[in-house]
Formats: sequence, structure tokens, C-alpha cells
Amino acid sequence: MTVPSNVIRVLIAKVGLDGHDRGVKIVARCLRDAGMDVIYTGLHRTPEEVVAAAVQEDVDILGISILSGAHMTVFPKVIDLLKQHEAEDILLVGGGVMPDEDVGALKEIGVAEVLLQDTPPQAIVDAVRRLVEARGPR
Amino acid sequence: MIEPKQALNGMALEELEQQIAEWERNELAAFLDRQPERKAEFRTAGNIPVKRVYTALDVADIPLEDIGLPGQYPYTRGPYPTMYRGRPWTMRQIAGFGTGADTNRRFHYLIAQGQTGLSTDFDMPTLMGYDSDHPRSEGEVGREGVSVDVLDDMEALYDNIDLENISVSMTINPTAWILLAMYVALGEKRGHDPNKMSGTIQADILKEYIAQKEWIFPIRPSVRLVRDCITYCARGMKRFNPINISGYHISEAGASPLQEAAFTLCNGLTYVQEVVKTGMNVDEFAPRLAFYFVSQADFFEEIAKFRAARRVWAKIMKQRFGARRPESMRLRFHCQTAAASLTKPQYQINVVRTALQALAAVLGGAQSLHTNGMDEAFAIPTEEAMRIALRTQQIIADETNVTNVIDPLGGSYYLENLTSTYEREIFKIVDYVEENGGTIKLIEEGWFQQQVADFAYQTALGKASGDKPVIAVNKYVDPDERQDIELHPYDPETARRQIANLQRVRKERDNGKVAQLLERLKAVARDESENVMPVTIELVKAKASMGEIVEALKDLWGTYRENPVF
Repeated sequence: MTVPSNVIRVLIAKVGLDGHDRGVKIVARCLRDAGMDVIYTGLHRTPEEVVAAAVQEDVDILGISILSGAHMTVFPKVIDLLKQHEAEDILLVGGGVMPDEDVGALKEIGVAEVLLQDTPPQAIVDAVRRLVEARGPR
Repeated sequence: MIEPKQALNGMALEELEQQIAEWERNELAAFLDRQPERKAEFRTAGNIPVKRVYTALDVADIPLEDIGLPGQYPYTRGPYPTMYRGRPWTMRQIAGFGTGADTNRRFHYLIAQGQTGLSTDFDMPTLMGYDSDHPRSEGEVGREGVSVDVLDDMEALYDNIDLENISVSMTINPTAWILLAMYVALGEKRGHDPNKMSGTIQADILKEYIAQKEWIFPIRPSVRLVRDCITYCARGMKRFNPINISGYHISEAGASPLQEAAFTLCNGLTYVQEVVKTGMNVDEFAPRLAFYFVSQADFFEEIAKFRAARRVWAKIMKQRFGARRPESMRLRFHCQTAAASLTKPQYQINVVRTALQALAAVLGGAQSLHTNGMDEAFAIPTEEAMRIALRTQQIIADETNVTNVIDPLGGSYYLENLTSTYEREIFKIVDYVEENGGTIKLIEEGWFQQQVADFAYQTALGKASGDKPVIAVNKYVDPDERQDIELHPYDPETARRQIANLQRVRKERDNGKVAQLLERLKAVARDESENVMPVTIELVKAKASMGEIVEALKDLWGTYRENPVF
């Protein structure tokens, strides 16, 4: 690998049918501006497509944004797929509009962090760095 | 024409200039010495610099006929000569969740609360053309809107609603033509005269590629479907708006108010070009083109935006398309307060935000209005949240008396100056787009999308730095806030109920007939000179599902995939 190991690699994805991509693009941009390697999948992806891309790109973070209310369907699937690919070292981060009680539930099933509406760019960058540091090198 | 210079209360412009210079030297300078202003430069939310104070000098160059009178070209002061003195705007709260029957109950509740028009939100599978039993629909059926697969769902949705006496709006885009077909079929079944049914389908596919991102087919065949809706309604549904050319979603995706207005008008003129190409006279269809804008937080900027949009559209229709009927030139718009301005923290104050945005919409001359529920940063709104939102409109209509006088802010130095600034800036963007190959080409190149993403990013940075204050988020934050909010519940049985109904319909219908009609649809779709509406109406009557109709055309046209920019 020629990429220096200290550069955090992130795959940002939109899963499901909703097209709200304002937030996800801001996230992608602020992580890129912070010096990370950022790939954005574009819209309407399936959990299978996204997990396959995350594994292939060997990312540290998989960020999935959902604003359709289908998060409790999508995230458990993604976690299962990460397990199937033995890629549980990829940290899963959620974003979008979701009720607080669902945020707790998502963290319980293994979503590393949930960043909701109006999370400032710097807080997003800090959260990603903190998560990768806590996981340690692979 | 009266010379504007003579209209200034008899005071000569030179005299006024002198007065201002003296004021700056004396009163203002002394005051600034003691206490400087809060900022070196003040700008609108859309980043347009504004002056300390506006005077007659700032309107001296505006031709009086550009301001004009209500119901008169270029309609700056409103599309109608009596506006809300005749009747107030249509109060149109959007609703949609669960099955047709579930949403129908909400409609009857809203009508009982004094709502005067209906507006329908569909779930993601319906918006994207998937049947409820498609694997991609899992978890989304009836969640964000109402689920419609077949004509039976449409019947349940508008059960016991008089479609000749209440206008029905449908927020639907890539699959709009199918919903329109269902609406026609439903009206026919109930014995309505199609020329008496009033309502709207959104069907604005271009803003989907720019902003809302709900699409199925590539751009060109999608625009053809829109064209077919417009020409079909022009011929047989004279009171129906076959399109709602929408800035709302462009704004929600992060655009500035200026971009919202300009991009929307670019889309509007593209549709006009496409329909004119069929040989239809512009005055035959343009009167039924309807618009839809957001009302954002910057009070005067929003009002100026609405007024300028009317003026620019009138000029485009008259000067570029040679429209002759006044109805073709006057821009009518639905308005919704800004969902993106709502906050989760201290969510009750969303009522106040919404009230101010609604007031701006009314002072800007909206024809219909949706006010957001205070809980919409969490989920789709509860009945209680919708009731308060509707009451907000009713208070403006019945208690404030702002409805007594048409365009009551017209003539304000600031507002007229800002309206003209908006006109000029909108035309700059419209001309840029035309000179660079037109709207469709620039969508394909990602130009609009990049512009929107850039402004969205600037806004996010502004919120983070505090430069753009958002109460309860970056100012007056309550760290001890405990939220006890009751949200709209999602019935986990929705998908099962909806799928059972769809499968029953598939079993009971004549499948041979559906297959035959689907082949005919493809043949019609292949021939650009034909209109897809009649065969689609046949299909929905034969109980073909939306997903089946869409899949047939996917075979022919393929699907759209965006090359995302950020």
C-alpha cells in the first residue's frame, strides 16, 4: 500500500429510496477537507452494494445516511452483511433524521455512532477521528 | 407614463441625495462614533448585501410599470386584481402515511378543522415506482407517505371526498403520469366531468435531477412524460394543473433563495420549450402551469423573491414565448414553510418560525400554503402538530387583517429595491443557463447540483461558526432540555396490509389484458409523437400496478444513474 496508514478512509453512502443528500454531501466534503480519503456512493444503494464497496475499498468508516424512516430496517441488515464479510473492523456510522429512541437502539446493535441533523462539520470530523483512534490500527 | 423622478413627493432627487449626505455626516457619524454597528456588512440569508437604509433614491430607476397593479402585467403585486379580498389562499396541509384508508382519515380530520384544499404525500416506493412487495420497498411502505400500488388505493385515499369541489394536490414526480391516470379513472368512475376536477400533480422531474433526487428513467424520456401530462390536461382537464414547477426542494437541498427562484424558472421555461415543440400554442397550456416555492427565514428577501419570480416569469412568457393570454403570464404558486429551518432542540419554537415564514408567504401573494408541523424534525407530523400549523394560517387570515390590502409592502423602498435586484440576478442565471446549452445539458454536467451543494456547505459552515444563528442550535441552547414529545406512530402492520391488498387485486384482475396493454404502452412510448396518457389510463383501469407499468418502461428506457458531485 502506498497510501500512508494514518489517512482515514471513509465510504459515505445513501441506502434506501430517499433522495435527501444535502447532509451526506456536507459530511463527505468536511471529511475530505479534513484530509481524509472520501468515497461517496451516490443515491439509492442497497445494503449489499454498500457493504461490498466498503470491503473492497478497505475503509475505516462506513457512513450511511437515511432520511426515509427506514433506518431500523437498513442498519441491522448492514451489520449482518459486515459480519458475513468478516469486516466488523469497519466502523459503521449513521446519519439522518431519526427519533432519539432509535438512536439508542441502533447503538445497541453495533452502530458505532449516530450523527443527526445540524451536527457541526468539526464535530463530524472529531467523531470520525475519535472512533478510528479508539479502534486502533488494523 | 409618469416620470419616476416626479413621483417623489415633489422632492428632487438631488435634494434627497444632499439630505442623506448630511444625515451621514451628522446624526449617523455621531452615533457610529459612540456605538459601532454589529457587523461591518449586512447580507440577506441568500448572501445579497443590503444597505443601512433605503430611500426613494433606491427605487428611482425602477420603471413604475414594472411594479404595476395586482392582476396586471408583470404581476409583481399579485396574479389577481382582488387577491385575498376575494378569498384567502387555499389552506393546504399535506398528509400521507400508511394505506389509502389511513390517510383518508387524516384528510377528513383536516377538512373538519377548516382546511380548504388537500395535498397528498406518497411513500418512497410509490415515488420511485416500486410496488409494495418489491424487495427495495422493504421498511418504506407507508412510512413517509401514503402507499399507492393500484387504483383501489386511490379510491380509498379520496373516499368520500368531492373531487369537483375540493382541489387535490399530489406530490409525485417520476411516477406522476400514473397517478394522474388513476385520478382520471377515479373521476370517471364517480361520474365527474374531467374539466371540472381541479388539482395538481407535481410532475416536475427536472428539479428531481437537480435537488430532490427521486427519479427512475433518464432525463429525456422523463421530460417527455411530463410533456404528455401537460398536453393531455390542456386538452381534457381544463382546471387541472399538470405540473407544479418547484423551487421548494431545490431550497431544501441547500440552495440560496436566489438559486431557488432562478433554477425553478429555468426548469419552467424548459418545459414550455418541450411542449411548444409538439406544435401546441403556448396559450393553450401555459395558463395551467403552477409553481411551488419555499418560504424561508429571511422575511423581506422571501417576499422580494416571490414578487420577482412573478415579474420574471411574466416577462419570459410574453417576450420569449410570445404568450398573449394574461393567464399564460401570471405566475401562481403554492408555498410551504421551510422544513430545513425546523429544529429538534426546543422544538416548540418551530411554531414561531413557521408563523413568520407563513406571514412572508402571504405578504408575497401565495395562492396556497402548507405550514409545517412543529415536530417535523423528528418524524411526520401528528394530528395535534398539524392542527396548530393550520391554526397559524387561520390566525393570519382572520385576525391580522393583512389580507385587507393587496401587496401591502409594495412601495417599500427596501422591498422594491430587493425585488428588482432579484429580477436582475434571476435573469443573469437564466441567461447563463441558456447561453451554456440549456437546463438539461447543465443538469447532465452537474452544474446545478454543484451550485446547490456549494451553498449548502456554506450554510453548514455558517451555522457551525455562529455566523448564521439558529436559535436553540447555536444560540440560546438549553443544555438541560428534556424532551417529552409524542410522535406520529408507524403501524408495523402497514406493509402487510398493503401487500395483501395488492396481491388480491393481482389475483382478481384479467392478467392477459394487463400484459397486452403493457405491450401497447411500450409501443406508444417508443413513438415520441404519441401521448402515453390514454393507454396508461386503460392500464390502471385494468388494475395494472404502478410497479408493473414502470418496469415495462424501464425495459425500454433504462434507468438514470447520477454522477454525484459534492
